[in-house]
Amino acid sequence: MGIKGPTTEQLLDMYAAMWRIRLFEEQAEYQSGQGKVLGALHTYIGQEAVGVGICAHLTDADYITSTHRGHGHCISKGADVRRMMAELFGRVTGYCKGKGGSMHIADFAVGMLGANGIVAGGFGLATGAGLAAQVRESGQVAVCFFGDGAVNRGPFHENINLGAVWRLPVVYVCENNQYAQWTPQEEITLVTDVASMSSAYGIPGAQVDGMDVLSVYQAAGEAVDRARRGEGPTLLECKTYRFHGHNFGDPQQYRTKEEISDWSGQHDPIQGLGDHLQREGVLTAEEAESIRNSVQEEIAGAVRFADESPYPGPEELTRDVFSTPVA
Amino acid sequence: MSSPTEARQLTFSQAVNEAIREEMDRDHRVVLFGEDVAAAGGVWKVTEGLLDRFGAERVLDTPISEAGIAGLGVGAAMTGLRPIVEIMFGDFLPLASDQIVNQAAKTYYMSGGMTSVPMVFLTSMGAGRRLAAQHSQSLQAWFAHIPGLKVALPSSPHDAKGLMKTAIRDENPVIFLQDKVDIYQKGPVPDPSHEYTIPFGRADVKREGEDLTLIATSSMVRQALDAASELAAEGIESEVIDPRTLAPLDEETLLDSVRKTARCLVIDEGYQRYGAGAEIAALVGENLFYDLEAPVRRLGAMDVPVPFSPTLEDLTIPGKEQIVEIARQMFED
Ligand SMILES: Cc1ncc(C[n+]2csc(CCOP(=O)(O)OP(=O)(O)O)c2C)c(N)n1
Ligand SMILES: [Mg+2]
Repeated sequence: MGIKGPTTEQLLDMYAAMWRIRLFEEQAEYQSGQGKVLGALHTYIGQEAVGVGICAHLTDADYITSTHRGHGHCISKGADVRRMMAELFGRVTGYCKGKGGSMHIADFAVGMLGANGIVAGGFGLATGAGLAAQVRESGQVAVCFFGDGAVNRGPFHENINLGAVWRLPVVYVCENNQYAQWTPQEEITLVTDVASMSSAYGIPGAQVDGMDVLSVYQAAGEAVDRARRGEGPTLLECKTYRFHGHNFGDPQQYRTKEEISDWSGQHDPIQGLGDHLQREGVLTAEEAESIRNSVQEEIAGAVRFADESPYPGPEELTRDVFSTPVA
Repeated sequence: MSSPTEARQLTFSQAVNEAIREEMDRDHRVVLFGEDVAAAGGVWKVTEGLLDRFGAERVLDTPISEAGIAGLGVGAAMTGLRPIVEIMFGDFLPLASDQIVNQAAKTYYMSGGMTSVPMVFLTSMGAGRRLAAQHSQSLQAWFAHIPGLKVALPSSPHDAKGLMKTAIRDENPVIFLQDKVDIYQKGPVPDPSHEYTIPFGRADVKREGEDLTLIATSSMVRQALDAASELAAEGIESEVIDPRTLAPLDEETLLDSVRKTARCLVIDEGYQRYGAGAEIAALVGENLFYDLEAPVRRLGAMDVPVPFSPTLEDLTIPGKEQIVEIARQMFED
């Protein structure tokens, strides 16, 4: 069988999307250093291939749930970097009117149901979105992104079991970057291959190189198709690595500089796809450069937009607590 | 109280660290576990150096499993250990609430006094760090509501150390909340050679005054003291009292003060609705209604999820200005 594609156009879109994530995150870190972005900032740098490779199979009607490391998922799902940056700046033009910040960006218009400050907070939401799709017989799919750290919380077990037994159209995507905050995965669990846990729920599991967007694309295609056909969830594990700290400012005493530079030097997902495209003759070095430059412009525009936007006024404080005014 | 001259300046986190270290030295049954508490020393540096000193048998990093580690702590406490379980943010206490509320709090009573649950849930609370709605809450009232739980929330490094030592020695489950906006603030703490504990249920008068009682908890004590200085310039002398533990609550000290001043404002950073302030205001109202010169007032966080944007977040947290304003109102006829 196998999954068709991606087409040349899709490949170039994925290449641009990965740059969009990378440059957005670099800019967010810079702006955090400048004091413009406040609070906690967890970047997706290094993990771009996962979000992009998965979301390439989704339309705006499909759902995703995300994590504290959510910017990459937003961009992969098609969110607007200007409104994202404005949210990080705490401005009223941001996705959540400045009320959410980095850990809570959502864009329901493109099916992005929200980043989440609670590790494993997305399992219930994605599984519930899968139930809604099944009840409506809409053919929509829900993807739940989560880290290796989330596997050790109860909602992983409870919701995957539910998704499995009700055959819900959900894909559970573990981004196994081998660390939960500052703790290496092997120190807190004996099962480091998360995909193998699928057997406990009677659903297929698959493991892919999460630094290779084409591998992610293939595996995600099968899992999403299966979900759309009504055959139930898949547990897809993407082995990956975050190149920067857990959060901006993390001194990273729990891992070596060599380990980091091995991964960023030899497994950079953007470089990997760029090289592939050039070998295939789909992209020249000049074209690659120009894609990067135009994304850079876009991000610069996002910063300008954020910076020029006003802060929310006090009238926003009590708005949105309930969806209709309570007498 | 020791004289401040012999005191060193420690941060809250250093003071709590020292308390844990002393108690682990003193009692080999005390163990500590939580997310990133061992090798990394905790997100607030509260557990720094404890792994090196006490080893991996007694200081353990856990997976992200709040319900799991809370329950495991209860079981270990029932069977002879005295666990300190760190829950990184107070906002994550709800993840462990079944174990805290239905197991830890009730086991002693339900078993007719057969087995106590001597353990500490060490966590953080409070807004002000731009961490938004899921990392900024002050949920002390939830836990003070539950019979069988004790709740401590210190307002100074000195109190933090003394209360933590008591929490570890207590035979019951204790929720220990560290206000993260102050966690790196320094204050005088006596030299380790001068050992002290602070009993639960003993309020501390942080400032004496005749005209108005300000009852405040955690970082709200600082706000109340600042407000008291400003009010003093207007001729209003405030007494600032920190209950230090909400459960048990030192009713006597609070009531004695209000009996003297006849005016009372309670400030606590939990959501105002159904909060600690409501409980204390009711206590004062029930006991001293006819002594009061003005209605008891309370001030808590606004009843909205804590917003991210600094312009909004700052408006939701009770502060000096609001305290001063309410206090002035209490003197208008
Ligand atoms: C329930 C819960 N516990 C703890 C935290 C604090 N925390 C935030 S991210 C994180 C590590 C998450 O690791 P993982 O799921 O692997 O995601 P990664 O950061 O690697 O992307 C922790 C412990 C939290 N936000 N929620
Ligand atoms: Mg991880």
